Amino acid sequence: MTIAATAPAVVQKRRSAFSRHLTAYLFISPWILGFLFFTLGPLLFSLTMSFHDWPVVGERTFVGFDNYRTMLLEDPQFWESLWITVKFAAIYVPFNIVMSFLIALMLHHATFASGFFRTAFYLPSVISGVALVTIWSWIYSREYGLLNFMLSLVGVDGPNWLGDPGLAIVAIIIASLWGFGGTMLILLTGLKAIPKELYEAATVSGVPGWAQMLFITLPMLGPMLLFTFITSIIAAFQQLTIALLMTKGGPLGSTYFFAMYIYDNAFKYFDMGYAAAGSWVMFLIVLVLSLLVMRWSSAWVYYEGEVKGGDRNA
Amino acid sequence: MRKTLLYSALVLLSALFIAPFYWTFMTAIKSQADLYQFPPVFWPSEWHFENFAIAWNKQPFGTYLTNSLIVVVFSTIGQLVSSSLVAYGFARFRFPGRDPLFILLLATMMIPWDVKMIPLYMEFNLLGWINTLKPLIVPAYFADAFFVFLLRQYIMTVPVEIDEAARMDGANAFDIYWRIHLPLMMPALVLVGTFHFMNAWNDYLGPLIFLNDQSMYTLTLGLSMFKGLHEVDVTSIAAITVVLCLPPLALFFLAQRYIMDGAVGSSVKG
Repeated sequence: MTIAATAPAVVQKRRSAFSRHLTAYLFISPWILGFLFFTLGPLLFSLTMSFHDWPVVGERTFVGFDNYRTMLLEDPQFWESLWITVKFAAIYVPFNIVMSFLIALMLHHATFASGFFRTAFYLPSVISGVALVTIWSWIYSREYGLLNFMLSLVGVDGPNWLGDPGLAIVAIIIASLWGFGGTMLILLTGLKAIPKELYEAATVSGVPGWAQMLFITLPMLGPMLLFTFITSIIAAFQQLTIALLMTKGGPLGSTYFFAMYIYDNAFKYFDMGYAAAGSWVMFLIVLVLSLLVMRWSSAWVYYEGEVKGGDRNA
Repeated sequence: MRKTLLYSALVLLSALFIAPFYWTFMTAIKSQADLYQFPPVFWPSEWHFENFAIAWNKQPFGTYLTNSLIVVVFSTIGQLVSSSLVAYGFARFRFPGRDPLFILLLATMMIPWDVKMIPLYMEFNLLGWINTLKPLIVPAYFADAFFVFLLRQYIMTVPVEIDEAARMDGANAFDIYWRIHLPLMMPALVLVGTFHFMNAWNDYLGPLIFLNDQSMYTLTLGLSMFKGLHEVDVTSIAAITVVLCLPPLALFFLAQRYIMDGAVGSSVKG
């Protein structure tokens, strides 16, 4: 009797749960389809390609790990381009974050015309990489460039920025840093979110400014710093547009980035399998670096509401 | 004293950041005589605005502009619709697999584009989409992880009671999305629209890989090709560069309030 009475209700409830789930899946279906066709599919496809000799047109042949073996053991260009990219990242990433942090700090303390300054620093980040390259190519121009003119004012004979193998990569780093606005904005928002009471309490207790920076600002900014750290690393490894257009990898291959090496193998030599293998190597490097940074960050990133150790609270 | 130091530093540094824009604009309107002066001419005596028209006619830049606009307009519409639908689905429903799927969505942000670029080229080649604008438009209709994340954060700040009240009045899930959340998330949509517009307008690698014919070029690709061919025609390159920079700059000024105070940073917080 009771079973008979409740059964339709249960069925109805199930059905409504089912239809509610169906509705939810319908709403997220654009992303699911996109994930299958434009992310997971391509990833698996490229993994398959990396184990093949795969020209754009013509016969493909399965070669096992040959692409990877050739790349790691017999292709000096792989190691050279990887080294150039690592060098670039090792300078670009810390500079990008430190510069963003310092300017965000200045903007945070500026009360007058802070909107104007914020805009000024952010503007370079809204334009295309192509525009950035044309603009900086002239700044670096040996004879008529703005940079060498400014150097000449202080009595320095400006070098040939884009023609010198040692300087070209420095030039690319500076041009890339010009677009630091996104990182800066994230850190500025983070600074603004730190409760003022923390500083007030510290000041009342006589904690000096540098200690407030060390024990309030930096820890509270932790999650943001971590986020910008990881996105900067990914951005550094993907560096392609500027090198492709400003130096074309030169002079003497001194700005031949890893992404360019992959690009050339794919779209210049049409060796899709080999290029796919290169892109997977890049993926793994970025993944491992990100995981390392995240693990390392657990030592210095503080999340609100998190209790560390526990004994300190006792 | 400290304030003076702070403002002097800010003025000096921001001037350094703005200078390249100023220089580019001045290069675009300079006379040929002023172009190769040393020391450089910072305030040209004659302003040649006709340089823009001259540059514009040196290549089919009108066609490039049309292509850019087609890509930007249609992909932005797709991005706004798809990302907001998906964000609403993740924010307001409980369903099996929701949390793992959301983590998966976040994880896709970490995949370098270089990894997808090669198989996507092959995929679009198979579909016959190479040398059409479709590879630059269609993917935008399938939601972007970062934008979904931003919009979901925004929806989560809206009290659930509002949804429930609407449901009591007989609204279905789509009504609630369309009539309540879409209007409420307008500031976040402006942010997403602006960012997507800039990404699509500024994109260089996508057009470079997917387009072959000059008639299909976007403005970024057109400018880079023009620069490659006429390296010495500095005035024209500068003029087109100014044109290329104007839409994102204008849009930025219009949407500035939303970008600066928007969800950019607060959403990142752990």
